[in-house]
Amino acid sequence: MDLQYSEAYQEFRREVQVFLAGWPLQAEEAKLSAEEQEALFRARAIEAGFVYRDIPKQYGGAGCEPDGLKDAIVREEFYRAGAPGNLPTQGAGMLAPTLLEFGSEAQKKRFIPPALTGEEAWCQGYSEPGSGSDLASLQCSARLDGDHWVVNGQKIWTSNAHEADFMFGLFRTEPDASKHAGISYLLVDMKSPGIDVRPLREMTGSSEFTEVFFDDVRVPAENLVGKRGEGWAVSRATLVHERNLIGNPNMMRETFDDLVELARNTIRNGRPAIEDAHVRQRLVEVEGYVRTAETSNMRQFSASVRGEPLKAMRPMMMAKLYGTDTVQMLQAVAYDLLGSEGMLAPTEEDIRGWSRSNTPTGWVEAYIFSLGPAIAGGASNIQLNIIGERGYGLPRDLRPPAK
Amino acid sequence: MDFGLTEEQEMLQETVCGFVNNECPPTRLREIFDSGTGYDAALWGGMAEMGLAGLVVPGAYGGAGMEVLDLALVAEVLGGAALPGPFIGHSLASLAIALGGDEAQKQQWLPGLAEGSTVGTVAFCEQGSAWEPEAWRATRRDDRVSGRKLYVPHADVADLLVVGVEGGELLLVERNGDGVELLGMDGIDRTRPVFQVDLVDSPCQVLCDGAGIAGRVRDAGLVLLAADSFGAASKLIDLSVEYAGTREQFGFKIGQFQAVKHQLARLGTDIEPTRALFWHAAYAADHLPQEAAHSAALAKSHITDRAMSTARMAVELYGGLGFTWECDVQMWFKRAMFNRAFLGTPEAHRERCAALAGW
Repeated sequence: MDLQYSEAYQEFRREVQVFLAGWPLQAEEAKLSAEEQEALFRARAIEAGFVYRDIPKQYGGAGCEPDGLKDAIVREEFYRAGAPGNLPTQGAGMLAPTLLEFGSEAQKKRFIPPALTGEEAWCQGYSEPGSGSDLASLQCSARLDGDHWVVNGQKIWTSNAHEADFMFGLFRTEPDASKHAGISYLLVDMKSPGIDVRPLREMTGSSEFTEVFFDDVRVPAENLVGKRGEGWAVSRATLVHERNLIGNPNMMRETFDDLVELARNTIRNGRPAIEDAHVRQRLVEVEGYVRTAETSNMRQFSASVRGEPLKAMRPMMMAKLYGTDTVQMLQAVAYDLLGSEGMLAPTEEDIRGWSRSNTPTGWVEAYIFSLGPAIAGGASNIQLNIIGERGYGLPRDLRPPAK
Repeated sequence: MDFGLTEEQEMLQETVCGFVNNECPPTRLREIFDSGTGYDAALWGGMAEMGLAGLVVPGAYGGAGMEVLDLALVAEVLGGAALPGPFIGHSLASLAIALGGDEAQKQQWLPGLAEGSTVGTVAFCEQGSAWEPEAWRATRRDDRVSGRKLYVPHADVADLLVVGVEGGELLLVERNGDGVELLGMDGIDRTRPVFQVDLVDSPCQVLCDGAGIAGRVRDAGLVLLAADSFGAASKLIDLSVEYAGTREQFGFKIGQFQAVKHQLARLGTDIEPTRALFWHAAYAADHLPQEAAHSAALAKSHITDRAMSTARMAVELYGGLGFTWECDVQMWFKRAMFNRAFLGTPEAHRERCAALAGW
């Protein structure tokens, strides 16, 4: 164990810092739109070998040797500088790694580069009204008709489908096969005729999610990723990437720091709440979980850098559940600190996520929103089954006989 | 940058694990537990022979010259075995002398401690859960000390007591010296019996830099308790998983019921990630002086608390059997009770964390 970086990595960190002196952009470039500035800087960062480090050059990445420590240094330094790094989108974070693993050469060339720059936005079509935790029971169908798939049915909980150019999703292509073996992974152009996107309104008041209806939507046959009927395996890889996106301990620490600020600024019995013995106990109790998530993440990270990920298998399986539970606990403390302001509704700014949750109504929004991650990407009850059965080898559930 | 164990550290844990499995399986543990002595000379001798008595004693004085992390890794294994013996008090006493003794004191005491032929322990607590150096009221006059210390582990087998007194000073007192009286306190954890120690004008040596290092010794102790509790809680989860995989009700193994499966998965998720929390606190104790006190207090409060609730849940999962004296669960349950209270409760250390963070 040694938490110091070696000289070579310290040198790499200095290179990153020197590069980051170029952000924010200056002079004429500073007059460009925010989006243009980010795109310009990101392109330079790829060129310099800091962003999308291990994605090959021909697909729009930097083409460097994979190096988890360098990735971590880049993340830390870009975060500190507030500079645009890897896009945290479904396209860059989920589709690109999936295509790298399973996609055809043509698919990689066509779809990865614009997903990395954000020129093309992606949404994920997995859940259906009747298929949530039991995702493999999905019914939205794709039937091969000549050189096209014809898609019919419905997807739900699709984030940002109204802004997306494409969807990667799971469709039933082999209606006679058993449930897992009948699914294929397709790429769908959201401008295709027959697609209808309707917003869902969440309990926070926001409309991040949508329902997507397919009515004889034609998808080119070559948009199949992997083989027919093997979409389930392809999607498992993607889901791992989604869980990684959700379990980010840096965000947790930031929210915890905000919570401490809230306790400083809240008055209880004429004194700052942070001086109240009960509040102090609850804050440190939550910090125990936050610190555990952070250090456990360090452990998983080092195990994977060493090429020994199996040594941290259990904590890796637990990371999503642990993170979402911790954030809910944290938000519950914040909500109690709000007192009667907890009766207020989130404002438009809070809902759109324009501000960090440092206003009372921002905390209300975060309190409600903290339930979302516990449901998305594998609900907590499903996580418990995975941990129990695969982590601890407990016998499988009682199940009804297969139909 | 690497947050993982070295091969040597993994081997250390495996070796100690092999030793305790052979020398103190649950049947032997039960015998020692029921005897009430909390001590087995052969077991301690075996540990000493493996070098476990002198892990943090510098090589120059016959020890292994290792760090708090290595000590914590051993504590994890010992917690997993609920191993009876004076390891924690002995390790802290040795560390105190290694960190704060003058050359003569080190020469006099460390070789025997490293060898295990001299057994050490720490006498910190006073009336009213006064564990912290600032709260010590026992008094020294020249080379004599008077006062009452409580919850001194394994004082009966110890040769040397490291005693905390007014001003946060640490003193060395020989247990066979004048005016040293022991009274057994009938502690709940029969693997680590505790004693009241009355000192009346007892001869003592002042540990050269005792006041300067008392906090570091406390921090190391908090880390060891966290590690021991992690080991104990992990063992309880393994036992419960095993039981849920064999016990049948309603015609099925109870582990097939999600009520049981999810309860176990929750326990696992509450405990397994905290391995990294005590690793980090142990590393901080040696390498990150700015964070050491806070990390240790946070790890102790969090893990000993989680381990206690794990132990309670394990009893429930075992059903009526879990509530019996005969069931092994109680031995780890009581280990967790000791770990939770020794050196101060989670509540006390959470308040210290808040103060250390400047809140």
